[in-house]
Amino acid sequence: MTQSPLHRILDFANRADPYPVYEELRKTPVYHEDDGPYVISTYYEIRSLLHDPRISSDARNLSSATRDPLAGPDQEDMALPPSFLRLDPPEHDRLRRMTNRHFGPPHSPHRVDGMRAELHGIVSGLVDGIGDPGRIDLVEQFSYPFPVTVICRLLGVPREDEARFHTWADTIAASLDPDPDADPAERGRGAHDARTQLGMYLAGLIEERRRNPGDDMLSELATAKGPDGTMSTMELLSTAALLLIAGHETTVNLVTNGMLTLLRHPEVLQRLRADPRLAVPVVEELLRFEPPVQLLPQRTTLADVEVHGVNIPKGASLWLVLASGNRDPRRFGDPDRFDPDREDIQHLGFGSGIHSCFGAPLARLEAQLALSELARRLENPRLLEDPPPYRRNAVLRGPRHLHIACDGIRA
Amino acid sequence: MLGDGSLERFRREGRIVVVGASLAGLRAAETLRDQGFAGSLTMIGAEPHEPYDRPPLSKQVLLGRASADRTALPRRRSVDANWRLGVPATGLDMAAKRVRLADGDEVPYDRLLISTGVRSRPWPHEDQAELDGVFVLRTRDDGAALARRLAEGPRRVLVIGAGFTGSEIASACCERGLAVTVAERGASPLVGALGGVVGAVAAELQREHGVDLRCGVMVTALEGDASGRVRAAQLSDGSTVEADVVIVSLGATRNTEWLAGSGLAAGPRGIACDAGCRAFDIRGIVTDDVYAAGDVARCPHPLFGYQFLSLEHWGNAVSQAGIAAHNMLSESTDRLPHMDVPAFWSAQFGVNIKSVGAPSLGTEILVAQGSLKEHRFVGVYGYQGRVIGAVAFDQARWLPFYQELIERTAPFPPPFPTVDRRSDGQRPVDADFPDPSVPTHGPTVTLSGYSPADRRMTFTPAH
Ligand SMILES: Cc1cc2nc3c(=O)[nH]c(=O)nc-3n(C[C@H](O)[C@H](O)[C@H](O)COP(=O)(O)OP(=O)(O)OC[C@H]3O[C@@H](n4cnc5c(N)ncnc54)[C@H](O)[C@@H]3O)c2cc1C
Ligand code: HEM
Repeated sequence: MTQSPLHRILDFANRADPYPVYEELRKTPVYHEDDGPYVISTYYEIRSLLHDPRISSDARNLSSATRDPLAGPDQEDMALPPSFLRLDPPEHDRLRRMTNRHFGPPHSPHRVDGMRAELHGIVSGLVDGIGDPGRIDLVEQFSYPFPVTVICRLLGVPREDEARFHTWADTIAASLDPDPDADPAERGRGAHDARTQLGMYLAGLIEERRRNPGDDMLSELATAKGPDGTMSTMELLSTAALLLIAGHETTVNLVTNGMLTLLRHPEVLQRLRADPRLAVPVVEELLRFEPPVQLLPQRTTLADVEVHGVNIPKGASLWLVLASGNRDPRRFGDPDRFDPDREDIQHLGFGSGIHSCFGAPLARLEAQLALSELARRLENPRLLEDPPPYRRNAVLRGPRHLHIACDGIRA
Repeated sequence: MLGDGSLERFRREGRIVVVGASLAGLRAAETLRDQGFAGSLTMIGAEPHEPYDRPPLSKQVLLGRASADRTALPRRRSVDANWRLGVPATGLDMAAKRVRLADGDEVPYDRLLISTGVRSRPWPHEDQAELDGVFVLRTRDDGAALARRLAEGPRRVLVIGAGFTGSEIASACCERGLAVTVAERGASPLVGALGGVVGAVAAELQREHGVDLRCGVMVTALEGDASGRVRAAQLSDGSTVEADVVIVSLGATRNTEWLAGSGLAAGPRGIACDAGCRAFDIRGIVTDDVYAAGDVARCPHPLFGYQFLSLEHWGNAVSQAGIAAHNMLSESTDRLPHMDVPAFWSAQFGVNIKSVGAPSLGTEILVAQGSLKEHRFVGVYGYQGRVIGAVAFDQARWLPFYQELIERTAPFPPPFPTVDRRSDGQRPVDADFPDPSVPTHGPTVTLSGYSPADRRMTFTPAH
């Protein structure tokens, strides 16, 4: 029996290389079966839906008749109001604007760039601590701890609390990656506890920052009185949790996929070692070639919408398969080739439209620094296992471990 | 040029002359070289400067954040041209294929591109226009002089005309903490380009930022003091505004006078050309060796029933330049039409305004997303039951969607709900454009009928 395309996307057997499935899928740019979601797999169709105001990110607009095969343990704590990732304008715009006031231009143009030295310090600290160069798990030892530390510094979590923060983040991340052998109820409870503790911790920290503000982002968010007013504590909690969750697994996978891809293309790794400026186009091409967010499963139609000749009814669930759009030969020449020298690379790795990745400037910088430092310092690195073992998650796709070896670590 | 190798020879050793060395001229030159033109390229420019960018002149430059001489356009590649800067072209002999220059030189060409753009319409009373402190803003030198004067901290600035440029100037003055009066003949700022509904939002923005905005009035006279410095302006409502800087922002005139008598279909509305940027002669016959691009061109556009369309838009200058250059080097079957949907942006009073299509041709508007009151919205313009334009205030990310509606000539009002639909957006209202028979200087998109030889004068200065 041949599997339906939907099952083939979810089938763990295709995790290491989902791209042939997407190629097949693109023959039907709008794929739909039974009561499942409408799966959109071609570049131009995805991009135009991301700019289509008839498409909502708010799950409350979903008609109950749709079955979502990805529905499972909810990824955000139901006790918190939805974060702006899952809101439509005007609430989305208001919260994103208020958050951005303390993160990016025009009001905070130096926030991300001002973290450059600190990020570099974190990266080199992690490389220093690698230990035995003969067997490195890049995920455990490098990619995983890196983004959590970064978010802690961004939010202003005191150093002595960072370890606790890592534990919660790990538990929450694991719940996003259902392991079929584990008891789902127990995993759900663990994640719920971690969320509750994280929420309580953050609530305490917010109180503390309201009394004694520092120059970190949480202090600014907690005390701001901008043109949009002040965020309520609940809004602030959801936003802080969003920054943590949205910026965690994604960055882990970008760095890990990045190193994996570089090790598979040693000539590019060699060029990056010689010229760290190549990190900029390398990271862009990675976001096209191996995007950490493979698909956006959370969009709903507010009206009947015709896409590529198919009428999608109001209230339907959409899956926008970013990773497939990124390999659409109608958009990118020779799409299955990893080529950091591409000139025209408007990939969908960060989404597009009003929800396009808020943390993109930070994510780019993190990945650029991480990959150029790894390229520079690992002597003669090689893969011990190819393909590596993957996480189950089909949406936030990436290796669970990346075992590599090298001859030594340069200073 | 038929398949006899003459095109190949032209590409190898032909002579191309570009008159007007600014945005369109430079981008065309770059495309010519990109596409393999190896012959001689001459760039003739009236201004002494290398090609520079104008949008910053009314924005960063007036704020003192960038200096006017740092606005040079980034070069995409070297063009290896013979530059004749600071020497305007004064005539064209199409039969002899020569361009006459102000210094008496004549430059022969095989193919010619005209991209002479527009210039600011001056204050109509010459003696008043010459008062010290009276400015227009079109060139780098204008920008530098005005920025210098604003930095001296004038007591009050008067801006005459609240189109895009005038409004941006007023915004920059406010941001510099200067007292500003804006006098606009229409009912609100931007009314010619965006209509009265959106104009009312623009008016609110100005007033909230402290502009002394006076609409429905005309400036009738400027007065100077004994030393020849401007000191006040008389308004048609009988009032007087004391101002030591006056900026005349009454729209633009096409730079086509130098083509008078050449036989080219060039007039105050621009140079008529076909969809491939080839210029027409006055008999309505398209030439094969003279092309036009940018603000000076008027081209038939498929979205508007192939009526001639003139645009004063940065993006249009770039895309027409690319099309013209490509077509100059192509066999007739390989030529491309210019079909881009017009798009324009402006930054003023902290708001990013962007439009697509031709709002000024709309009769009705629907606020499809957001709210006028919050100054954050998407307005969709309808004309005869179809979507013809859209404007976004701080909502630009949605515009690609509306551009698609325009390209598909989708029905108006759009029959579907969208995110962020408010009470404003329940039904379309009259877009409230000024009577089209009363000329305004506001719109940056104008249609001028089907006749390539149309040389009617439409603007009658009311001042
Ligand atoms: C202050 C300001 C702000 C603007 N802001 C925006 C904006 O925000 N968004 C937007 O879309 N557009 C904006 N524009 C419009 C945009 O700059 C123009 O659309 C663009 O410059 C057109 O380019 P062009 O090359 O066709 O013409 P121009 O830039 O006008 O260049 C024409 C050139 O030809 C030269 N010339 C004229 N006659 C002759 C002759 N006889 N011989 C030789 N040379 C000659 C002129 O000196 C000039 O250098 C702005 C314009 C100004 C002035
Ligand atoms: C490589 C790393 C990353 C990738 C590939 C990535 C990808 C994405 C994508 C595809 C979206 C769009 C979601 C949608 O349209 O529904 C998104 C949204 C978002 N991302 Fe990222 N992201 C990364 C890192 C980060 C980081 C480091 C942060 C935080 C600092 C972050 C914060 C966010 C937020 C807050 C949103 C929601 C934006 C909104 O709804 O307006 N991301 N990201």
